[in-house]
Amino acid sequence: MVRRVTSEPKNTPLLAAHVALGAKIIPFAGWNMPVQYTSIIDEHTAVRTHCGIFDISHMGQFIVRGDRAAAWLDELLTNNVGKLEIGQGHYTLMLNERGGVIDDLIAYRAGETEFFLVVNASMIDEDFAWLARWLENGISLENESDQWAGMAVQGPHAAAIFATIFPGQTLPPRYGISKMVDGSVVCRTGYTGEDGFEFFSPAAEGISHWEKFLAAGAKPCGLGARDSLRLEMGYPLNGNDLSPERSPIEAGLGFFCDLEKAAFVGRDTLAKQKADGPAVRLTGIRYLEKGAPPRAHYPVLSAEGKVIGELASGVLSPSLMIGIGMAYLPAEFSKIGTLLNIEVRGKTFPAEVVKKPFYKVPTRP
Amino acid sequence: MSSPADLRYATSHEWVRLDGDIATVGISDHAQEELTDVVFVELPTLGRAVDAGDPTAVVESVKAASDIYAPIGGEIVEVNPQVEADPSLVNTDPYGKGWIFKLKVKDTAHVSKLLDAAAYAAHIS
Repeated sequence: MVRRVTSEPKNTPLLAAHVALGAKIIPFAGWNMPVQYTSIIDEHTAVRTHCGIFDISHMGQFIVRGDRAAAWLDELLTNNVGKLEIGQGHYTLMLNERGGVIDDLIAYRAGETEFFLVVNASMIDEDFAWLARWLENGISLENESDQWAGMAVQGPHAAAIFATIFPGQTLPPRYGISKMVDGSVVCRTGYTGEDGFEFFSPAAEGISHWEKFLAAGAKPCGLGARDSLRLEMGYPLNGNDLSPERSPIEAGLGFFCDLEKAAFVGRDTLAKQKADGPAVRLTGIRYLEKGAPPRAHYPVLSAEGKVIGELASGVLSPSLMIGIGMAYLPAEFSKIGTLLNIEVRGKTFPAEVVKKPFYKVPTRP
Repeated sequence: MSSPADLRYATSHEWVRLDGDIATVGISDHAQEELTDVVFVELPTLGRAVDAGDPTAVVESVKAASDIYAPIGGEIVEVNPQVEADPSLVNTDPYGKGWIFKLKVKDTAHVSKLLDAAAYAAHIS
């Protein structure tokens, strides 16, 4: 992460549970977070084949209310908030005036005039300050990040685990949000590509929910597996793959930007890049053979050996057992099948440009 | 976690087995447990001369790349192609099939400067 964190890391409401499980704890985005419990590969595999659970209490939650809340958010977010039905959510981005990414987030319509935003942990303060700057009469904006514990339950068995714990209550459809009987909030989203849900409860009740999910068969998973799972899907991580200097068009996220709706902050840059074609693109790269695992900041070379960029993210894919990564590359190097090299400690490993996602989640009945 | 008594250990978690003037080097059980899931091993080139403390090999997990230091000075005379083909040997058999390289040691007396098993156990506790 490139974000500076100056104060002491904060503890999530679930930290004691992680410590009791023997997790390796690291500071991340201003929080003490479990990076792994047993093994990143085992945790990754659990999510792909059964079910894993991640502490996401570090993520931020904002509540926006007001008669004009949808219209106001539509001026600040790229996707079309006004089109959301009550109980629906979508992936969206918050941009600066130059069209660069401040943050990526999920916006849910909790009610006709009430929205629930889930933002990145590292960006809570910046996002809040940005939104507050544009605040107008009749809009209320609340940062409830410290009041919520959050956990992402992910994998092909996630829905069955939910049904075991909450008989008679139903999961919302994909990208939906619903309130639980006990006041918790469940969202059918995730960051792994698998089916699953994100569950937000009042902070004090977090541990008891966490333990219920574990008892029902969810395997605790850390940030290491979270990163390898999201990268296999080609999902960007803000700070690595997204930055204030890069637009969503360059990041390949044009699908989440509605250029037809009324003006929003950053729109002009996006419209121009979309019309002209972006000069650089966030490009999926896959090794052609086994090699030293690719990692962020490793140089990306053309087939002829000229440096053309650096990896924004990289990992040895635990599902594919081959190196994968993403880099902003000049458009002429971003075509599928283009041969490249990744430089690791002075040695080069041959790779090629591939379509994202790197890993295809099997269709399940 | 084991630390066999017939080996010597560096504080940076490499072990050394001395046979004549040939030292076999690997990483300790404790180190492999900390790294977890070794997925790549970069071996040194044969004939390279190294001093004690020189970064000599690299062991990588999904999350991180870690330098392996020469616990003692000498010349690389053999590397283990098996850990290149199957890096998980470093996890499953750190003191056996998971060895990484062999050095022809300049001064075998230097081995006694390394930790014995008891001192290493104290070091990691």
